[in-house]
Formats: sequence, C-alpha cells, structure tokens
Amino acid sequence: MATLQLDRVTKSFGDTHVIQGVDLEVDDKEFVVFVGPSGCGKSTLLRMIAGLESATSGDILIDGQRMNDIGPADRGLAMVFQSYALYPHMTVEDNMGFSLRLAGVDKPARREKVREAARILQLEPLLDRKPKALSGGQRQRVAIGRAIVRNPGIFLFDEPLSNLDAALRVQMRIELARLHEELDATMIYVTHDQIEAMTMADKIVVLQGGVVEQVGSPMELYHHPCNRFVAGFIGSPKMNFLPVQVVEADADGVGVRLPGGDVTRVPVAGEKLSPGTPLELGIRPEHLVLDEAQGPLSGEIQVLERLGGQTSLYVRMDDAMVTLMADGDIAHCVHDTVRFGFESHRAHLFDAEGLALPSLEKHPLAGLRRQDNRVASDANGA
Amino acid sequence: MTKTRAAGRTVGGLRTLSLQAPAVTLLLLWMIVPLAMTVWFSLQRYNLLMPEMTGFAGLENYRYLFTDPALWTAMGNTLLLVGSVLAITVVGGTLLAVLFQQEFPGRGVARVLAISPFFVMPTVSALVWKNMMMHPSNGVLSWLAESFGLPAVDWFSSLPLTSIIIIVSWQWLPFALLILLTAIQSLDDDQVEAARMDGAGPVAIFFFITLPHLKRAISVVIMIEMIFLLTIFAEIFVTTSGGPGLATTNLAFLIYIQALLDFDVGMASAGGVVAVILANIVAIFLVRMVAKNLES
Ligand SMILES: Nc1ncnc2c1ncn2[C@@H]1O[C@H](COP(=O)(O)OP(=O)(O)O)[C@@H](O)[C@H]1O
Ligand SMILES: [Mg+2]
Repeated sequence: MATLQLDRVTKSFGDTHVIQGVDLEVDDKEFVVFVGPSGCGKSTLLRMIAGLESATSGDILIDGQRMNDIGPADRGLAMVFQSYALYPHMTVEDNMGFSLRLAGVDKPARREKVREAARILQLEPLLDRKPKALSGGQRQRVAIGRAIVRNPGIFLFDEPLSNLDAALRVQMRIELARLHEELDATMIYVTHDQIEAMTMADKIVVLQGGVVEQVGSPMELYHHPCNRFVAGFIGSPKMNFLPVQVVEADADGVGVRLPGGDVTRVPVAGEKLSPGTPLELGIRPEHLVLDEAQGPLSGEIQVLERLGGQTSLYVRMDDAMVTLMADGDIAHCVHDTVRFGFESHRAHLFDAEGLALPSLEKHPLAGLRRQDNRVASDANGA
Repeated sequence: MTKTRAAGRTVGGLRTLSLQAPAVTLLLLWMIVPLAMTVWFSLQRYNLLMPEMTGFAGLENYRYLFTDPALWTAMGNTLLLVGSVLAITVVGGTLLAVLFQQEFPGRGVARVLAISPFFVMPTVSALVWKNMMMHPSNGVLSWLAESFGLPAVDWFSSLPLTSIIIIVSWQWLPFALLILLTAIQSLDDDQVEAARMDGAGPVAIFFFITLPHLKRAISVVIMIEMIFLLTIFAEIFVTTSGGPGLATTNLAFLIYIQALLDFDVGMASAGGVVAVILANIVAIFLVRMVAKNLES
C-alpha cells in the first residue's frame, strides 16, 4: 500500500548534526526496524518521516511523492508513541475514534471502525474505560488501535514495547508480527533492543551517530556484519574481539596468528594484506567451543553463569576477556583453565578502520526474509 | 481479634487526640471565638453612637438588614464583581498561558513581566489605576482616547463597577496565568503530537487536548480566586469608596460602612454572618465541583 524513500536526509538542531545523510528504501508491506544505541537519532529519523520534525535537507518520499512540506496528518501515516500518548480524558473508544471525529466521520461509521479495530486487538470489553483504568499492555493496544483506525499506509512505532515487562514484551512482539501480517501494511519500528530487531524485522537499519551503518535482513547482519560496530551490536551476548596478525593471505582466505600462537585460516577476501598487518578477529560467544585437547585458545574462567540449558563462561585470556556460551551440563568451576576454539568460517576479520573483510561465501540464510520463514512453516504445516 | 483491634484503636484514638489537641484548640480559638462573637453581636442592639441602647435584639438586626435595599445591591455587586473577574481571569489566563507556552525570543522576561502585577499591593495598584491610568484628565486611558479623537471617559463616575472589575482583573490575571502556565507545562508533548498526527489543528488541539488538561488547574484557580474576590475591599476603598451611591459597594464594603461609618456593630455583624453564609454556600458547590474534578 505504501513505500518510503529517504534521499540524503539530514537533520541538525543548531550545531548538532543529529542525522547525517540517510538514504533508505522501504518496500511495500515491509517490516523495517531502526536499531541503534540510545541517542543515535532513531526517534529523530522516525519523527521526520512522520512529519513532526522537518528535515534540514534531503527528500522524504512516500509512494514516490515528496512529503517534506506536507503536514503529519496528511502523509497517510500513523504513529505509536513510546509513552502511548493516549488522551487521558477520553474513553478508549473516543481515543481510537479521535482522528475520524476530526475528519468529520459521523458517529455510526466511527463506531463501526473503532469496533473493528477493537476486535483485532481484543479491546472490545475495554471500550468504555479511560486510559487510567488500563494496564500497560492494554494501553499499548489502545495506542496501536488508534493507529489502525486511521488505516494508514505506513505504521510508525517508536520503542513501543520499552515500557512493558519482559513477559508482556515477548507477547506483544508476537502480536505485532501477527498484526503486520493481518493488516498487510508497511511498518517502521524503532528500538534499541537488538532482539526485537532480530525477531520482527524483514529489514534492519543499524544506526549510529546519525549514520546508517548497515541495512540488511537479520540473518545478513548476523552472519555478515559490515563493520565492527554492527558485529558488536547485533547478537547477544556480544561478539568477542581478539587481536590477531596476518601471517599469509591468498585467494582462499587470510591466515592469522591467534593470541596463543596458533595460525588459523579465515575464508575472507584479503589477498592484498601483507604479513604482519594487525587485524581484529571477531567470534561470537555461541561459536566458541570448549576443546580441552587441541583448542588454540585458552584462559581462566572468571565468572560462570549457569542458565540451565546453557552456561555462559567469562574467560580471561592474556590480553582480552572473552565470553563463551557452552553446554548447560559442563562441570567446570570458576578459576579452572579451559581450552577452546572455533570453526574458522565462523570468524570475522576487521581491519584497522573497523571494516569487515568480506566473506568469500555467503551464509545460506543471509538472504532469508521473514516472509520466507512463514512460507517455509506453512509448507511444513501442509 | 476484632475486639483487640477495636480496643487498640480506642487507645490509639485517645493518644492521637491528645496530640491533635493543641492544633484543634488553636483552630477553635482562632475561628470559633470570632465567629461566635460575630453571631452574638448580630443579635444585640449595639450602636456606638447610641451607647444607652443595649440588650438583646433578637433577629431585629437581620430583619433590618434584609429589608435594607443596600444589602441586595451589595450582594448583586459582589456576585457581579466576582463573576466578571473570574470570567476575565480564567479566559484571559488560559489564552495567555497558551501564548506564553510558545517559543519566542524573550519569553522568560515576558513571563516575569506578565506575572509581576500580582506582587503589587492592592492599595498601590488601585492608586496607580486611579491616578495614572483612569484619571479623567491626566490618565493614560484618557490620553489614549484623546489621541484617537474620542471623548475622555471619567471611569469612576460613569463606569464605576466596570473600573473596579478592570483593576481587580489586572491584579488576578497574573495569578491565573501563573497556575495555568505551570499546569500547561505538564502537558505531555507526545499527546499534542499524537493529536497532530490524528489531524488536529491548533484550535482542535486547544479544545480537545489543552483545555481538558487544564480543567483541574482551572477549578483550583476559580476556588482560590473566589475566596479572595468575595472580600475585595482595598481597591474599592481607595478608588470609589463604594460609590457613586452604592454602585461599587460589595458585601465587605457594606459591612465596613455600617460598622465604621454608621458605628452600628450589631448591623455590621449581621452583615458579616450573611457574608459567611454566602461564602459557605459558594464553597460547598465549589468544593464539590473541585473534588469531583480531582477524582476523575
Ligand atoms: N529538539 C532537539 N533539540 C536538540 N537536540 C535534540 C533534539 N531532539 C533530539 N536531539 C538530540 O538528537 C540526538 C538523537 O536523539 P533521538 O533521535 O531521540 O535518539 P534515539 O531515539 O536514537 O535515542 C540526541 O543526541 C539528542 O540529544
Ligand atoms: Mg528515541
């Protein structure tokens, strides 16, 4: 129903350049998540799309039409605020029907649309209540309901789940995914929580300091982060970084010397690297495996967290701390020395600027979109 | 168990009562004694010009008072004064609060200036209005009128009550502005932005978002102002002395006239009691209204 394009959009508040030239394409019915640390400009970018903030330069196009000079109400968007921003003196029904009332829709038609949205969100029994008499999760639904009633081409969400408790957050996450499918609308969702990004997005936009670091599907960002920032931001627990040195480089990959002295070959493009170049090797905690016999790395366990099914080990190496996700049944204790290693194709290499050396082969899931997940599961179910 | 708790409460009640006693006693002395004396005087023949006339008068003073057309005039003036000033300050205060909430250069200074009249003593501000603003020959207003070629208005003789209303409103508008500005600052920006996205223009935002948000603060302003406006005195004393005739005599001023100009303490006390009753009637309605507002 609606596509969005951002063309070199910037935003400055006085001398602070909050958004520094963002280009972005959002396809119809796509679920796009803006993710990044607090203060990186996610909300500002979203508010510019909404029309609540004007762009300092650049173009914002919705369905190919330039929207910079069009007011927020006329862009065919609806926004769900982090604080919900419900009108406290109006009932749930009036809250949801407010836009229609302003648009001059008569009462019966308004009622029907509100009931329809309330049905989708299971809000029917609450329609006569004031927001104060609702729980956090219910308020959240009302805020979403208010957006649905407007029947927008694009839904905008600004950290909508951050005021909910953990259990409710998981539930609403699933519900939002369901809504996205049911409403068939384009959705743009802002969060600082990479798990929300990974679980809901068709496309993730990683922002830092007002700059887009990388755009891609969740699996693409996970398996092929284009720089050290994205590598560290996506995935939990965080990726480990170890200082390494190039030993040899050819068309099949780059051989690097690990802190323990062993050499491993990582299948990335880096033919032109000369031996001796310092690099950083990134390896995710879940890809480190304990290997008492011949693990190339070793260190002392400093902290050990047993989660039941898994155990997180925080291991002190000579000049780095690494996190390691191991099986829940391992018998190690704190202060034990462990040896561990990894499959070399799981490793990433970053140069001095923090840019990733491109992998020689794409991960098979890197191109996967969330819709494909659904198609796959539908096929399984059939 | 219920028994012990009940017993405990009695003991606790006694103990707390002894702690409350000083405050309660002080309040009783402060409030009940003058009130009782007023009621007592209102039932006496008590005129300082006629010391030989004493003794219990029964409801004589009240009969006299209620048949005195001055009482009804004063009551009418009081209500008109209170009502007009309330309307002007609440409407004006709300609009000014919205205005001063907008960003503009020098907003801080403008806010302080707008609020400052509240810190001027009533007698002083009445004098300023009388001698510098509304003076028929050298007041600012008549100078303005003349510079537009209009005849100068002798405010206090031709529009006496209006003049008083203007002066009092000028004093109380800053108070309303102060309270409402504080209240408007607590309005959630997100709510306004949500309304903008829902298609609300400035007018719709004012009526659907801002005004409901200010409802509580407005009722507080009305209640507090009402308490003070019912007893407006200095402004009248300084400017018109209740005149011409009784045109600007409110209840407070009527009591003053009777007690201190006519030296009739009995009558004045009766007027005082009527004023207390009137204030209580108003207060009951107001307290109800505010309480209901605060609940919702
Ligand atoms: N109205 C404003 N005036 C000045 N600076 C602002 C304003 N709004 C946001 N900023 C700044 O812009 C940066 C990005 O803010 P924001 O978009 O809210 O970040 P995020 O939503 O990613 O946490 C922050 O450093 C913030 O201080
Ligand atoms: Mg934000």
